Amino acid sequence: MKDTNQNNDFETRSLDTICVNESHLEHKWYYNFKYLIVGLLFGIVFIKAEIISWYRIQEMFRFQSFHMYGVIGSAVMVGILSVFLIKKLDIKTIYGEKIEFHDKKFNKGQMIGGLIFGLGWAITGACPGPIFAQIGTGITVMIVTLFFAILGTWVYGYLRDSLPH
Amino acid sequence: MLCDKGYKPKRFNSSNLHHKNSTMEIIEFIKQPWAWYIAGPLVGLTVPALLILGNKNFGISANLRHACAICLPANISFFKYEWKKEIWNMFFVIGILIGGVIAFQFLSNPNPMIINQDLRTELASYGITNINGMLPAEIFSWKNLFTLKGFLMMVVGGFMIGFGSRYAGGCTSGHAISGLSNLQLPSLIATCCFFVGGLIMANFILPYILSL
Repeated sequence: MKDTNQNNDFETRSLDTICVNESHLEHKWYYNFKYLIVGLLFGIVFIKAEIISWYRIQEMFRFQSFHMYGVIGSAVMVGILSVFLIKKLDIKTIYGEKIEFHDKKFNKGQMIGGLIFGLGWAITGACPGPIFAQIGTGITVMIVTLFFAILGTWVYGYLRDSLPH
Repeated sequence: MLCDKGYKPKRFNSSNLHHKNSTMEIIEFIKQPWAWYIAGPLVGLTVPALLILGNKNFGISANLRHACAICLPANISFFKYEWKKEIWNMFFVIGILIGGVIAFQFLSNPNPMIINQDLRTELASYGITNINGMLPAEIFSWKNLFTLKGFLMMVVGGFMIGFGSRYAGGCTSGHAISGLSNLQLPSLIATCCFFVGGLIMANFILPYILSL
């Protein structure tokens, strides 16, 4: 039914927010350490701003604190401004490549999956990123939650063709 | 001469003390919980940082998919792709883990966490009184994993995060931060749905789970 030509590969990959934009340059594996540094700084912000705190998430969903709205709102503002400047000034990557943007296509998954994700977010206080920082703070039982998040992703992949999109 | 001798070490000491104080002050400053207007822009800067470092779109939940693709692709087309190209995401999340360790070990806030009084009262009614760390220890522990409450919160909750984020095509980072930064309507829809799901859980379902 599906062949593995470039277009189809792109289609599968585009369902993943992260997979479409790829560098066309081939780098040695250790070039990836720069992303580890970005992640490390990001993890520190997660902890210090208590973004990964279960309590802050509960406050947010009960409208008891402005903190999380402030964090997400200002992050999006900075993000919008950055993307605008990158496009406007045609800023290149550090390797001189053009920075690519791809539009996302709407499908029902964003609503159904979004609701399911929201339910899980409010129970655990974790998203797929913060969960790693939570483990880092010594709450090792969150490894179990991470394992089941991976399993959930796998089950989605397994059922994907029979789910409404 | 005597006066001079006495003066010098004193001056040295005082400047040394001053220097030590300012370093301590900086560390003390960092140790406080960071305000939203410091943390938010830093989170937002991750978007251009990853783009400029190598044309990478900020989105974290894909690492769960890569884990499936690496460990158990099981001939499912969704997991048959060149995951080696996406390995940077694994480095990124390992960085988050190490960042968590560093922040927790060296930059932890020594004071108890301040949370909303209504939430504190509500949580106390479920027996959650130890407001320390990032998660309530009364729930998220190995001991509780095999209770119904623990199972629902750690196992079912985790499953919903993984299943839901992939079904939605991204999570808070991929849709709410990265997608909205690029003014994508599907990301706005997804973000609203994340929020509606969270509202329903926190206000209408979680109270029952916490009462178990």
